Amino acid sequence: MDRMHFGEHSSSQFNEALESIRNNLMEMGGLVEKQVVDALQSLLQADSALAEKVLETEDKVDKLEMLIDEECTKVLALRQPAASDLRLIIAVTKAVSDLERIGDESAKIARMGLQLAEEGESPRGYVEVRHIGNHVRNMLRDTLDAFARFDAKKALEVAAEDNEVDLEYRSAMRSLVTFMMEDPRAISRVLNIIWSLRALERIGDHARNIGEQVIYLVEGKDVRHITVDEIEAKLKK
Amino acid sequence: MDTAEKFDEKTPGSDKLAGQIEGEQAMDNTTRYPDQTIGTPFVDSPKMRMRDVDVFYGDKQAIHGVSLDIGKNEVVALIGPSGCGKSTFLRCLNRMNDTIDICQVKGNLHLEDQDLYDPKLDVVELRARVGMVFQKPNPFPKSIYDNVAYGPRIHGLANKKYDLDEIVETSLRKAGLWDEVKDRLHSPGTGLSGGQQQRLCIARTIAVSPEVVLMDEPCSALDPIATAKIEELIAELSESYTIAIVTHSMQQAARVSNRTAYFHLGRLVEMNDTETVFTKPEHDLTEAYITGRFG
Repeated sequence: MDRMHFGEHSSSQFNEALESIRNNLMEMGGLVEKQVVDALQSLLQADSALAEKVLETEDKVDKLEMLIDEECTKVLALRQPAASDLRLIIAVTKAVSDLERIGDESAKIARMGLQLAEEGESPRGYVEVRHIGNHVRNMLRDTLDAFARFDAKKALEVAAEDNEVDLEYRSAMRSLVTFMMEDPRAISRVLNIIWSLRALERIGDHARNIGEQVIYLVEGKDVRHITVDEIEAKLKK
Repeated sequence: MDTAEKFDEKTPGSDKLAGQIEGEQAMDNTTRYPDQTIGTPFVDSPKMRMRDVDVFYGDKQAIHGVSLDIGKNEVVALIGPSGCGKSTFLRCLNRMNDTIDICQVKGNLHLEDQDLYDPKLDVVELRARVGMVFQKPNPFPKSIYDNVAYGPRIHGLANKKYDLDEIVETSLRKAGLWDEVKDRLHSPGTGLSGGQQQRLCIARTIAVSPEVVLMDEPCSALDPIATAKIEELIAELSESYTIAIVTHSMQQAARVSNRTAYFHLGRLVEMNDTETVFTKPEHDLTEAYITGRFG
């Protein structure tokens, strides 16, 4: 962590540009995290007003994504960053698109929440949504924390947690499919829950992607598309 | 639903996270030199092999125990802040430092099997094998033709006018200057533009078929287009020659070299593949220099 000396540049303008990118990324992360929390709450509590709020936030998230991308392009063009600066810019541009996708998935959950508020509660699946939702939400918080602190170890933990979420998702899927077979009248409502679970699982994947960018940023190693064990082995090298 | 409350237990916020960066990532002023050069300073069967090189100007030591290899047909970039010893080190490689009375070089320096500091070695012959291009283009006050022909003449590389003509043309072609000067070979070299003069100096250097070409900031006096041409040339020349280049432009080092050596206050801190140096340098001092954090 001591290697990442952002903010010590000879050029104060360069410092400010990097500082601004980092701050905007953290703001976007905070916003998206809140979106996930609100989307879950709107679904679990059948709170339509909150769901609408989640949908409204999307626009803000999209704008931040474009702003950060523009800032990164500017730094690349004007400063030709190298080493940790270069890795920061690359990691940020990738992380923002993951964050934006997390925002999209939250909006999906919120839309499912609105439908369920209209059609009536699903007879099953809330326990799973709450459980996986909590898990995914913690992953997102940890991965953003890891980015802010340049903590590769924590980022690795997020990647490991994603495997658990995938298992939980598959098991929830099995039980909900079994339920639908037993009670076909509930299929439409249970499907809303299934789509929400799918969105949560995707959010977990995106959180993992961001974690992988943190590892790239800190360690300079590309750990995408490999298993957690392989990441660990690569980091030990 | 009680879980909903749990989601709020830690409000996501950017201030906290961003604030932590400052304190934790403050520059570590105690950063020290590594005991040994970090990275890969050595290669298999090198063209030039330098070990434990110390250079003194009078009492002052300018280079401290630098060891590195330069591979055959490799482009090695030497970078570092002003006064770090990179030019001094480069000048050891063809004994240009001999011209400075108070300069004393210690250590083992070899061009293949040849000890560069062997007292029996003919320095003029060495400089034909290890040529040098300087920061400022310094053509002789002679014609373009004679500038290039000078070396081959004094080294007796061409007996007939025909041979000499061929060497001059080949060298100017290799330096990417032939098409621009072929109709005025007998006008003075000093009448060319800065970039052309520098390419003329490169043609003059390669006219004696050196094995190694040393370049000491060859583009610092040139505009971006002339610089691009020289860089292009370096890439082409590396097919036939081994090149060591000192440069203040890190982008240039990144563009032209295979390996990059980072010097700091007379020590070789890190030498690695250029890509590694510019994306993930191993030592803090390298990182600080590459990212512009000195000052």
